[in-house]
Amino acid sequence: MNINATLLAQTIMFALFVWFCMKFVWPPIMAALEQRKKHIADGLADAERAKHDLELAAKRSAEILREAKEKVGEIVANGEKRASEIVETAKAQAKVEGDRIIAGAKAEIDQEVFRAKEQLRTQVSSIALAGASKILGREIDAKTHSDLLDKLVAEIK
Amino acid sequence: MSSEAHTSAEYIKHHLQNLTYGHLPNGSWGVAHTPEEAKAMGFWAINLDTFLMSLLLGAVIMFVFHRAAKSISTGTPSGLQNFCEWAIEFIDTSVRGSFSAKNDMIAPLALTIFFWVFAMNLMDLLPIDYVPLLMHELGIPYFKIVPSTDPNATFGMAIGVFLLVLYYSVKMKGLGGFVGELTLQPFGKWGMPVNLLLEGVNLIAKPISLALRLFGNMYAGEMIFILIALMGGTWAGLSLGSSTLYGSQILLSLGWAIFHILIVTLQAFIFMTLTVVYMDMAHQEHH
Repeated sequence: MNINATLLAQTIMFALFVWFCMKFVWPPIMAALEQRKKHIADGLADAERAKHDLELAAKRSAEILREAKEKVGEIVANGEKRASEIVETAKAQAKVEGDRIIAGAKAEIDQEVFRAKEQLRTQVSSIALAGASKILGREIDAKTHSDLLDKLVAEIK
Repeated sequence: MSSEAHTSAEYIKHHLQNLTYGHLPNGSWGVAHTPEEAKAMGFWAINLDTFLMSLLLGAVIMFVFHRAAKSISTGTPSGLQNFCEWAIEFIDTSVRGSFSAKNDMIAPLALTIFFWVFAMNLMDLLPIDYVPLLMHELGIPYFKIVPSTDPNATFGMAIGVFLLVLYYSVKMKGLGGFVGELTLQPFGKWGMPVNLLLEGVNLIAKPISLALRLFGNMYAGEMIFILIALMGGTWAGLSLGSSTLYGSQILLSLGWAIFHILIVTLQAFIFMTLTVVYMDMAHQEHH
């Protein structure tokens, strides 16, 4: 219980221990703690960023899907339109073709009628002559009555 | 009965005597064998038990922390590193709570104080008769295992803290600022002597209260352990009274030891916190 030089020894020891702690203990441990803190913070930030990226990717994929669906719908609509167009053109062509055939047939019929008329015309004078000669009982000279005959032929039209 | 009282007194005295090395009355240097011899040695003597125990404990703590610091990794900590990191974070948080200026020395200072004082106080929990008995067998007359029950140890540390307070007060405020703080308040420059008296007491009270609080608590605790130990020491054959006292000693020392764990930690923490607070005051321009 006496105060003696232990006091001084204790003060010196105290100073030495504090110095040692300050020099060799505190800084390395504190530095390691700081570094770990940074690591953890970085890791958390990375995780956050990855989550954000994932969200963006999900959004992007949904958008792509949506676009694809739209495009498919468009293509199908176009295809349908094209098909109906083709059908329409085919119908129109068929109609034109049909008209053409009908017209051809009509023309042929007309020609046939004309030819028949021609034939009739060539034969009508001789038939008229023969009829007349039978009625009159004698030969009729075609030349003398040619203008009469021509008139008759002209009537057949 | 009077002879038993005498032995009790001797027992207590024996437990409270440090192993002092110094100049013996016969002119040679050596270890004092009686309290009177130790007293006669005057200032230039050293308490070997206090000195060696505090050196040993401090060295062990520094060794443990230094080992952890050397092999520290930033990965997952384990074992010793885990403990040291917890300790450092605990000290760091405490220091940040009460120290506002910037000084790289304060936190290591607080760490050293807390764990050193804690270890010194912890020696109180060793059964009080074992070490002196062992030393007696080795021919050493006294051995007080708890350095913080020696006022030399507590005052030694308090003086260290006081010197730091003075150093940083002068460094931060300048010599003029520090002297001004001591003399120009609270009553202005015309009350200078009164100011100096008040502020001087205030200043001196810091190391004294620091040292005496730790010493008083640990000394009182030690004293109670000694008194409890005396109960079983009155053993006088197998009788109801002796058995009751013996049983009480076991229960009481267990109870006191458990309670003392709190005191051991608390006193170390108080010493550390007050040191940090005093250092903070030394760093501030005005109170």
